[in-house]
Amino acid sequence: MIDENFGDILSKSKAWGWILEPDAKQLMHTAGLTIPRFLCAKTTEEACDFAHTIGYPVVAKIVSPTVMHKSDVHGVEVGIDTDEKLMKAFDRFSTIEQFHGMLVEEMIHGIELIIGATIDYQFGPMILMGMGGTGVEIYGDVSLRMAPLVENDVESMVQGLKGRPLLEGYRGADSINFGELTRLLMCFSDLVMKLEVSIDSIDLNPVFCTSDSCTVADARIVLKNPDSHH
Amino acid sequence: MNLHPLFKPKTMAVIGVSLVNDLQPANVIFNKNNNRYPVQAYPINPKGGLLHDEIVYGRVSEVPEKIDFAVIATRAELVPDIVTDCIETGVGSAAVISGGFSEIGRHDLQDRLVSIARDADFPFIGPNCLGVYIPAHMDTFFLPIERMVFPSAGNVSFVSQSGGILVDQMIKFKEEGVGLAKAVSIGNKALIREIDFLAYLADDPQTKVIVFYIEGFGEDEGRNFVQAAHTCPKPIIVLKSGKTPAGGKAVSSHTASLAGDYESFFAALSQHGIVIAHNELELVAFCEALSSYQKPIGTNIGIVTGSGGHGALAVDACYYNGLTVPSLHSDLQNEIRDNLSPSSRDIASTGNPIDLTGSGIDDDFVSTTRLLSTRDDIDCIMVLLLPYLPGISTDLGARLSAVYQQYGKPIVAYVPHVEKYQMLIEGFEFNGVPVSPSIEGTVFMAKSLRRNKL
Repeated sequence: MIDENFGDILSKSKAWGWILEPDAKQLMHTAGLTIPRFLCAKTTEEACDFAHTIGYPVVAKIVSPTVMHKSDVHGVEVGIDTDEKLMKAFDRFSTIEQFHGMLVEEMIHGIELIIGATIDYQFGPMILMGMGGTGVEIYGDVSLRMAPLVENDVESMVQGLKGRPLLEGYRGADSINFGELTRLLMCFSDLVMKLEVSIDSIDLNPVFCTSDSCTVADARIVLKNPDSHH
Repeated sequence: MNLHPLFKPKTMAVIGVSLVNDLQPANVIFNKNNNRYPVQAYPINPKGGLLHDEIVYGRVSEVPEKIDFAVIATRAELVPDIVTDCIETGVGSAAVISGGFSEIGRHDLQDRLVSIARDADFPFIGPNCLGVYIPAHMDTFFLPIERMVFPSAGNVSFVSQSGGILVDQMIKFKEEGVGLAKAVSIGNKALIREIDFLAYLADDPQTKVIVFYIEGFGEDEGRNFVQAAHTCPKPIIVLKSGKTPAGGKAVSSHTASLAGDYESFFAALSQHGIVIAHNELELVAFCEALSSYQKPIGTNIGIVTGSGGHGALAVDACYYNGLTVPSLHSDLQNEIRDNLSPSSRDIASTGNPIDLTGSGIDDDFVSTTRLLSTRDDIDCIMVLLLPYLPGISTDLGARLSAVYQQYGKPIVAYVPHVEKYQMLIEGFEFNGVPVSPSIEGTVFMAKSLRRNKL
């Protein structure tokens, strides 16, 4: 299932070297990860219809092969709560080079994690998990392991995070669902082992964790450059 | 590939001796093995003749005996033909000491050498290396024997990408009483690499601890190495250079930049139970401790000291090294106090650290260490000894070692390393208890026994 899916996605993504968010998310879904409900809208009508279906507020994101880092072009708008704002976002995004559509998806909340993978030259596939947002950017709070993971690795990765108390429910907050986090990481590890030869890195950032679920709110897969020997 | 001839040669050909210059690497190697080691050494030079009254053979095929190990120290261009000659003559193995290969861009020459050896299944180490040193057996290092520092024979085997680091660590081993089984400098590691030595040393009965100095692995080689290490029951220690990126690393929250080369190296090795030494101080402490204790332990440390300050510094160092110093149950504290001599009973602190004070005597250290040795909630006992205290005698090392022998609870000791305390130190070390010259080193020793569990 993953192999078929990935083959199709790979052939259409090769030209720009990375897999666009809608396809990357679809792949994560096929691999057993939880993703938000979303649509890659080509028109404002499609966007508004879908927003009505899932209910406001929604998130809108640019989908374009020229925009790998969406924040560089202010390509993400969160908390959109009217048709008017949604259409305004669409209009702005549609002026960006090689506009493929606007991704409309439900707003997800929870504690932010970053989960990712790289193919290391010396050690092959590596899996990373870190505290999201400032946790990674300022404190570098991450755990790293060689894939494939075993369940004990997941537990020790959590232990290795300075932000662990936040995940376990700090100051009366609910603990995140560690069963779901483990399931996510094990599925992700399997996926990474399958895609090893074709990819350079994967970023699931952010992943929102609550007491119920862990949801991949953004996914980017960078393909291996066929010209590089690394 | 059979590595036995590399490590257990009866005969050695030293190729490239000079008839006129005894400081040539090959001459130094020939002379020391000929004069000092049981291996039978034969000098080789195409010109023939005599070297110190020994017959110099023109080529390895002229030597009347089968050669187990050829040490090649000629100009690089000559090496491929010499190796071909060795293979045709049935030589068992070689060390290519010569430089002038990949390290100066001559990949072609190195590739030729590797392909010749690989086709013939002929094991060689190097090129660009010092070769092999095995105490009381052989020494292919081209360093005059009187300039070297030799640790005693022991159970630590050291494989190093850098010859200089290896020779230097041998000095540290000697200073700290770490015993050496085999030392191998692998240079460009063109054919035989870390993973091959790991496989060999894992089965080597003389080796209980395997140490590597590694600059880097080839593609996917690290993965194979850690997977092999995972199934090796012996402690493996790695010192790695190149931790810091050459340029400033851009701050980024992408996996590819968060999982840099060293981060991945550290994670993969730790995940598979390899003990990573961050510097040479850790390295020597880890070697010393793991050569005594190979069974992995937990994090709980009991500290016995003759000085409150030493105890406090040790607690700090434990904290920074991921070890815990748990408080002791009041019943145990009472029992410890009841067993102390009158001189220290009323002034000792029996929490953890247990401070026996400057009035503590040998018997107090022994009784306290014995009580801690019976506790399942203490994984390792750290004894901080101040030999200048009047109640401490030089017998204490041997007496505390006997406590270890009886209970099997690992003990690590701190004793200042000066000549006059040597008998105390040897009382520990000769009986299998490691001693460090610093409090921090003692903590490093205890840390290594955890075997780097993540």
